[in-house]
Amino acid sequence: MKFIQGGHRIIFFALFSIVAVIYLARLFFLQVVEDRYKISANSNVLRRITDYPSRGLIYDRNGKLMVYNEAVYDLMIVPKDVKNIDTTDFCKLIGITIEDFSKKFQKAKIYSPYKASIFEKQLSAQTYASFQEKLYKFNGFYCQPRTIRKYPDAIAAHLLGYLGEVDEKVVERNQYYQMGDYIGISGVEQSYEKELRGRRGVRYALVDVFNREKGKFEEGRYDTISVAGENLSLTLDAELQLYAEQLMQNKLGSVVAIEPSTGEILAMVNGPTYDPNLLVGRVRSKNYVTLLKDTLKPLFNRAMQAYYPPGSTFKLTGALSALEENIISPGTSYAHVFTVGSKSVKCHPHPPIALEGSIQYSCNPYFCNVFRSFVESNKYGSSENGYRTWRKYVNSFGIGVKIGVDMPHELKGLVPSVEFYDKIYGKGRWKASTIYSLGIGQGELGITPLQMANITCIIANKGFYYTPHVVKKIGERKNDTRNLLEKHFCLVKPQTFNVVIDGMQRVVEAGTARNASLIKDSIVVCGKTGTAENPHGKDHSLFVCFAPRENPKIVIAVMVENSGFGATWAVPIASLMMEKYLLDTIKRPDVEKRMMEGNLLPDYYYRSLQLQQQKTDTAAIAKKDSLLVVQVNTSFGKSSSYNGKAKP
Amino acid sequence: MRRQRSIFQNIDWITVLLYFVMVIAGWLNIYAAVFNQQHDNIFDVTQNYGRQLMWILTALVLIVFVLVIDGKFFDAFAYVVYGVSIISLIAVLFLGHEVAGSKSWFRFGSFGIQPAEFAKFATALALAKYLSTMGIRFSETRTKITCVAMIVIPMLLILLENETGVALVFSSFVLVLYREGLSGGLLLLGVLAVALFILSLVLPKMTLIIALSIIAVVILLLFRNKTLVLPIAGILILSVGVVFSVDYVFHNVLEKHQKKRIDVLLGKETDLKGAGYNLNQSLIAIGSGGFCGKGYLQGTQTKFDFVPEQSTDFIFCTVGEEWGFIGSAVVILLFLSLLFRI
Repeated sequence: MKFIQGGHRIIFFALFSIVAVIYLARLFFLQVVEDRYKISANSNVLRRITDYPSRGLIYDRNGKLMVYNEAVYDLMIVPKDVKNIDTTDFCKLIGITIEDFSKKFQKAKIYSPYKASIFEKQLSAQTYASFQEKLYKFNGFYCQPRTIRKYPDAIAAHLLGYLGEVDEKVVERNQYYQMGDYIGISGVEQSYEKELRGRRGVRYALVDVFNREKGKFEEGRYDTISVAGENLSLTLDAELQLYAEQLMQNKLGSVVAIEPSTGEILAMVNGPTYDPNLLVGRVRSKNYVTLLKDTLKPLFNRAMQAYYPPGSTFKLTGALSALEENIISPGTSYAHVFTVGSKSVKCHPHPPIALEGSIQYSCNPYFCNVFRSFVESNKYGSSENGYRTWRKYVNSFGIGVKIGVDMPHELKGLVPSVEFYDKIYGKGRWKASTIYSLGIGQGELGITPLQMANITCIIANKGFYYTPHVVKKIGERKNDTRNLLEKHFCLVKPQTFNVVIDGMQRVVEAGTARNASLIKDSIVVCGKTGTAENPHGKDHSLFVCFAPRENPKIVIAVMVENSGFGATWAVPIASLMMEKYLLDTIKRPDVEKRMMEGNLLPDYYYRSLQLQQQKTDTAAIAKKDSLLVVQVNTSFGKSSSYNGKAKP
Repeated sequence: MRRQRSIFQNIDWITVLLYFVMVIAGWLNIYAAVFNQQHDNIFDVTQNYGRQLMWILTALVLIVFVLVIDGKFFDAFAYVVYGVSIISLIAVLFLGHEVAGSKSWFRFGSFGIQPAEFAKFATALALAKYLSTMGIRFSETRTKITCVAMIVIPMLLILLENETGVALVFSSFVLVLYREGLSGGLLLLGVLAVALFILSLVLPKMTLIIALSIIAVVILLLFRNKTLVLPIAGILILSVGVVFSVDYVFHNVLEKHQKKRIDVLLGKETDLKGAGYNLNQSLIAIGSGGFCGKGYLQGTQTKFDFVPEQSTDFIFCTVGEEWGFIGSAVVILLFLSLLFRI
């Protein structure tokens, strides 16, 4: 101490004090002022662990299981722990190549050497079993159970829909989802996503630097328990659906069956369809691309999205509207020809007939005349107003508007507006005779098979419909999600329907659809065939029907693309389905065999070649008249005026 | 007996108290830092805290031993101790055990001895002995050179062992020398040189040179003394030289990891997974403590090993996290008081 000089000593202490003060100031800032580090500390030690609930099962209306969950196993990897494993053996077990292995390993390592990540998605139970046996040899790997959807009967693919991983957009829009979650992408899986998925649980665990769990965070105060998804009971009759799919195999088109007294969809078939089991698990993306590339468009939900010209089935709507507006009466008859300038619409020889007979024989001139009488009626002052009223009636039958079915991606159909025709022909330069083909369901009309069935429901119910829907019960309670118990009335009064229904009965008993009669079993069937001209080749074969006449139990609309007369394909298919549903036996095995084995696909392949040619042609037209092309692209029913051929 | 009493009478009890408070606080915090459920006995010698206790007790014995031994013993053996430690520093270069790139440990089974640690104490002892020798005056240039040599020799040896950190500790002997009468100017010069080094890493060269020139001009204008012109100009030129040579030193003399550490420290780089990991994690640990801390044994960052070298180099994180600002301040003030007492 003797050498210490006073001045130096003070500076010496001052220096230390300054350093201490600087430390204290910095600490104060770090610990008291700044709270960034408190947040970082939490994200360091708190791990959100998601507890996935199992997705709801789906049953048909009779309690038959249609969709269930099968356990699969995500193979997880912690790269740091992977040591001395037999790569060849490993790759053989899970079915990947050595190159795949090193690629995946690198990817996982880049993500994090300590944190577990998915090495291989969704190993099947069998693979898992054989892998699990040797798991002790593969340090750093473990399996995490997950579930995928399974479809025991492999039916109703479009209606049920499929699942897929959420994309960034969904995550951004909806806080519930996180990357890696699955979500319903179409069909019931999408529209009832909320009910099916249940509620995810979350628990917060404390983890150390190696991501090992060290216990609950604050005794689990912030943890939530997962809630399993609710089971759905569909309105669908799985047996009927399967039968209809068998009848529609190797055909393009669609079948929709509805219980008119409730709006419950009993069957909804698309041809071609696909096995829903193809769009799950590891093979999903590969199969999806294959299906997408198929020229017959198996992924296309024709029942709800394809626009077809309704053809003669549309005559019913026209007749009902005209009756209600007192344009015609049941006794009205017209000359047996419809003439526009030099063109004339004729029919096959039959005696001059009134409305009922005209429906029975599907008389084209008659309904062209009805349409003209309606649109040109003095009541409305101008054909523009006349058409507007006509359109209002058509809309009230659920055409050109969305019906509100409980499945996504429903299209509303096409009924041209006044403005549409003004654009094409010029304001005031068109009248009924310009667009008369609408009267017989041709022209610019586009109607989905679901809408065809719904129109038939309105007729069967004499004036109203319940929104067609596919989910009957959610869990144990009745499906109350979408105003399903509300009657929707069309503009036509109940008593007006009788004469049209009489006509429909005669169509089946003595008209174009004699094949569909179940009179021997004392069931009165009412129906109407259609043979829709279209620009894609042979006429579409159509049939709509309901039975029994009193207290109808089922409405069926059948649409078989490019197959000819309504009576050839659509009528037998619909009648077999009625037999199946109402009588539960098939008494005409020969017809059944002919329908099931009928293969129209070669025609379609030929057609698709033609269609490609046509695309090149329309591309040329596109430059001239963009409006028309829009028409071509959005509907199957391109403006095709009637050429005068007889149409049963 | 009388002799004994006089020793205990001479003891600075406040320093002893400070010492014991710090030792026990250290031990408790090491226990918190490596705390785990399986070994919750603080006396468990298989764990770091158990071993720490062993060392504390050993040190106590040594303290008593040192107190009892006559001061003349140290007087006599100071140079011997210094010599032995220099020899061991040389020996470790050849016989040492390499740990993480530095060769500074002798290994004896599970125990290790780092001669560099002993060298610190040996140098201090030898320096004290030298300066207290009769007839030695610190004001003499010869004395100064001898002192510097005594410090620089072990320092260089340690640098050769690649223990830059320990070697830097030796530079703190400058403070001791200052207290013994070293000119304050030298100290100031050193501080300024370090400041210049750091500034030239952070700021663009031209900005720094312009700033230095302005300072020089301002000083000249303030004092208006012609004799100052030359030295100030000299210092200015020297500083500019330093500024330009810093880049070279930084890129060619320093090791890659050293460069990185400096960059991270200066905030020029945020390599959170590499060199910046320790820094960032310690900031998180200390910063999350708040004013009062999370409570003893409640620290999550330290308990779950987010900060490496938790029980040794980064023990302050445990204090910061579990005891908060209050605890950290107490530790700093304890150190300051101890420094003032010595």
